[in-house]
Amino acid sequence: MNRSTYLRWGLALATALSSVFLAAAPPAEKILILATTTSTQDSGLLDDLVPRFEKQTGFTVKTIAVGSGQAIAMGKRGEADVLLVHSPEAEKALVTDGTGVNRRIVMHNDFILLGPAADPAGIAKHTAAESLQRIAAAKALFMSRGDNSGTHAMELKLWKAAGLAPDGQTWYQQTGQGMGQTLAIAAEKKAYTLSDRGTYLALQKKLGLPILHEGDPSLRNVYHVIEVNPVRFPKVNAAGARAFADFMVSKAVQARIKEFGIGLYGSPLFFPDAGTPE
Amino acid sequence: MDLIWEGLRKALELLLTLDSEVLRITWLSLQVSGAATLISLAIGLTLAVVVALNEFPGKRLVIALLNTGMGLPPVVVGLFVTVLLWRNGPLGSLGILYTPSAMILAQAIIASPIIAGISLAALQHLPQGLRLQILALGASRPQMVWLLLKEAKLPLLAAVMAGFGGVISEVGASIMVGGNIKGQTRVLTTATVMETGKGNFDVAIALSLVLLVLAFSVNAVLTHLQQRGRRP
Amino acid sequence: MSRERILEARDLTVHRGAVKVLEIPELDLRTGEVLALMGPNGAGKTTLMLTLAGLLAPSAGAVQFKGSALQGKGDREAFRRRMTMVFQDPLLFDATVAQNITSGLKLRGLSAAERKPRVVAWAEQLGLGALLDRPAHQLSGGEAQRTALARAFVLEPEILFLDEPFAALDPQAREELIGDLGHLLAETGTTAVIATHDQGEAARLAHRLAVMKEGRIIQRGGLRKVTNHPEDPFVAAFVGMETLLKGQVAHCQEGLLTLRIRKGTGSGEVVALGEAEPGQTVLVGVRPEHVALSLHSDNTSSARNAFQGSVTKVIPQGPFYKIELDCGFFLTAFVTAQSLSELELQPGRRVVASFKATSVHLIRKEGLGPEV
Repeated sequence: MNRSTYLRWGLALATALSSVFLAAAPPAEKILILATTTSTQDSGLLDDLVPRFEKQTGFTVKTIAVGSGQAIAMGKRGEADVLLVHSPEAEKALVTDGTGVNRRIVMHNDFILLGPAADPAGIAKHTAAESLQRIAAAKALFMSRGDNSGTHAMELKLWKAAGLAPDGQTWYQQTGQGMGQTLAIAAEKKAYTLSDRGTYLALQKKLGLPILHEGDPSLRNVYHVIEVNPVRFPKVNAAGARAFADFMVSKAVQARIKEFGIGLYGSPLFFPDAGTPE
Repeated sequence: MDLIWEGLRKALELLLTLDSEVLRITWLSLQVSGAATLISLAIGLTLAVVVALNEFPGKRLVIALLNTGMGLPPVVVGLFVTVLLWRNGPLGSLGILYTPSAMILAQAIIASPIIAGISLAALQHLPQGLRLQILALGASRPQMVWLLLKEAKLPLLAAVMAGFGGVISEVGASIMVGGNIKGQTRVLTTATVMETGKGNFDVAIALSLVLLVLAFSVNAVLTHLQQRGRRP
Repeated sequence: MSRERILEARDLTVHRGAVKVLEIPELDLRTGEVLALMGPNGAGKTTLMLTLAGLLAPSAGAVQFKGSALQGKGDREAFRRRMTMVFQDPLLFDATVAQNITSGLKLRGLSAAERKPRVVAWAEQLGLGALLDRPAHQLSGGEAQRTALARAFVLEPEILFLDEPFAALDPQAREELIGDLGHLLAETGTTAVIATHDQGEAARLAHRLAVMKEGRIIQRGGLRKVTNHPEDPFVAAFVGMETLLKGQVAHCQEGLLTLRIRKGTGSGEVVALGEAEPGQTVLVGVRPEHVALSLHSDNTSSARNAFQGSVTKVIPQGPFYKIELDCGFFLTAFVTAQSLSELELQPGRRVVASFKATSVHLIRKEGLGPEV
C-alpha cells in the first residue's frame, strides 16, 4: 500500500465515522433530560410512551434510567429536567427544599415479596411486617437491591416498620444492582426478595420465584412526575419538563398505561392514577 | 442450559433477520468506537513520536504516566467526563452529555494512552541507528517520522487493535456519559447490560454475539493487513 | 586527484552531558581522498563522523562544506542530501532490496522512471542483480550490507561516510566486500571517510589515516607515514607495530643510530634509521612483516639486526602466521605457511630473527610525551 491508498482509506473511514456527529443534533432547547427508574425502562413502558411524546411535541428526550436515588440526585443538581420516580419520602424532601416543583401522581403498581417455592421462613399469609420478621427469625437468605433505588427505599421502610435493622446480618445480602439482576440472583440463591410487580411480570417465566406475599396496602408503589425548578437552575428546560409532565397525566397516556402489558404478560404492569389523591 | 440454547436461537434469529434495532446499535457502536480510535490514533501517535524522538527532562515520568494511563479504568473516565460535561459543570456549555460525542470523548481518553503506550514501545524498539540512517539518506524530519512509522507499522497496527478492542468492549464509561438512550447512545455493551437487567437474556446474548463477531472481524481485517506486509 | 578541500572542521567539540567526548582542533578532507578514522571502541570515531556528516550538532566549532559553514538545521539538512552514510548494521527497511536501494532517491522526490535505471545499475555493481525483489529480512549479512552500500552509492554522494561497515560480517563476506568497495571507491573517485579499528581495512581502502583516542586525533597523515612512523606507542600498537624497544643512543653516524637495549638480563645493540643525540633515550618499533626468520645467522643478508631467540607462540592470521618470539625481548614476525613448515616453527624452536635498520622506526625521543 502506498501513501495515497492509506490516505484514501483514512478519508473514507473518517467520513463514515463523522456522520455520527452530523446526525441532526437538535437545538439545546429541544432536548429534554428525563431521569427515571430502571423499572419504567425495563418494563418497556417508556419505549412505548417516549416516541409518542417526541412526535407530539418535537422534543428529543434523553432518558437516563437509573435508580430513583440517583435520579433524584440528578434533579437536585439540576442535571435533569424532569423526574419520573417512585421514592415518595425522597420526593417530598425534594419538593420541600424547592428543587422539585409541581409533583404529580402518574400511576402505581405494587411491590411483592418473592421467595423459594418451599418458603422455608413460612411467610405466606402474613402481613408484610410479619413476613419480614419471620424471615429474620429463620435467618433465611434475603436479597436487597442496596442501590438506593425506589425499591430499596421501600424495602428499608418495610424493615423499619417491622422493627428490624437487618443491615450487617449474614443472611441479608445486597446486590447493588438493578431489579432484573437482583431477581436473577435471588432465584439462583433461593432467596427472598422484594420486587416491583412490573419487572417481576416481565421476568416471571424465567425465574421460578413464586409470589409469597402481595396486596398489603403498605406495598403500594406510586410513581410521581416532578419538574425540576427552573428558578433554581436556569439551564433547566422548563417548557419541556412541563410538557412531559402534562403528557404523562394526560387522558390518552393514562389510557395507554392502563392497557400496557396486557398483551405481553396477561395483566397490566401499571395502574393509572392521575388526578387521584395519594 | 435451556436459557443459553433459547438465547442462541433467538440471537441467530435477530441476526439473520437483520433486526433494525440490532443493526442500529451495531452501527453506532462501530461509529463511536471507530471515531474514538481514530482520534486516539492521532493523539497517541503524536505523543509517541514526540516522546520517542526527543530527549527532555521528565521523559521517564511521561513514559511512566503513559504506561499507567494504559490501564485507566473506564468507569473512572466515565465519572470524570460526566462531571466535566454536566450542564452546570465546567464544560457544560458544550451540551454534549448523553450524546455520541461524549462517548467518543470518553473512549478517546481511554484509548489514547493505550495507543500512545504501545506506539512508543514500538518506536523505541526500532534499531538504534535507524533514525540517523534515514537522515543520512537525505530525509527531512517529516520524511524521517513517516519512514519510522512505516517501519513500525506492525506493532502500530497492534496498538490500533488494542485501542479499538479496549473501547468497543467497555461499558462503564459509555453508560455513564451516553446514558444508554434508545436510538441515540445505545451501543452493544450498554444494551447488553440493559437487556440482561430486563431479563431478556436472548437479546443480550444476541448483542454479545454481535460484539464478539465485530471485535473478531475488525481484528481479523487488521491482522490481515499486518500479515500482508510479511511474505513467507 | 584534485586537492581542493571539500570538508573542513575547526575547533569541534561535542559534549555528552557534562563530559567532553570529542575535541578536534582541525581536520580537512580533500576531494577524492579516502580518510580512515582508526581507534578502539569509544575513541570517538562515530561521534566525529556523525558531526562531520551533519547528523550531530557540535557543542562548539564548525564544519564547512565546500567553503560554507553548516550552521543551522537548514544547512545541515541540505548537506545531508549531498552526502550519505553506511553504518555497521545494514539498517535496511522492511521492504525489498530494490525498494531499499531506491529509498534515498525517493526521498529526493525522483520519479519512478528516473530511479529505476540507477537502482538496477548499482544493484549490478554490487552483485545484487538477482536479488532485487527479495525482502530484506531474507538476506545474508553480506548481501544486506551490499544492499546498504548500493543504497548509498546510488545517491552519488559527494562524501560517503562508512562507520565500521564490515565489523559485523563473517571473514569471507568481509574479504569480498572490502575488495569490491575498494574498486568502487577508486572507480568513482568518491570522497570517503571510513571508521574502522582494523588496520588491514584501513591499509586497503584509505589514502590517509587519523588515529583517535579518547575523543582526540593523536596522529594523522598519509597511510604509509602513519603506519611506519607512529608518533606514540598507542598509535604504534594500533597500526600493527607490535614490537617496541626502548634504548639509549650509543652513537649516531650518517643517519644511523646504534642503540643499547636491554636484552634478557644483559644488553644488546639495535641499529636504526634516524637522528638523535648520543645518550638520549629513545623508543623504536618494528613491524612484524619486516622481521625475517631463519635457522642460522646469515652474514650475506643486508639486515643489520639479527637476534637469536625461541618461538613462544604460533598464531594463524588469515593467509599468514604470526610468530611470537623471545629474543631476550618480545618480538613478532609474520611468516607464510610455507616458511612455517620449512622452518618447522613451533614453540621452543630456536631461530634467528633479523630485520633491516630501515625497518626500525624511531617513535619517540626522550622528553617527548609520556613514558611507555
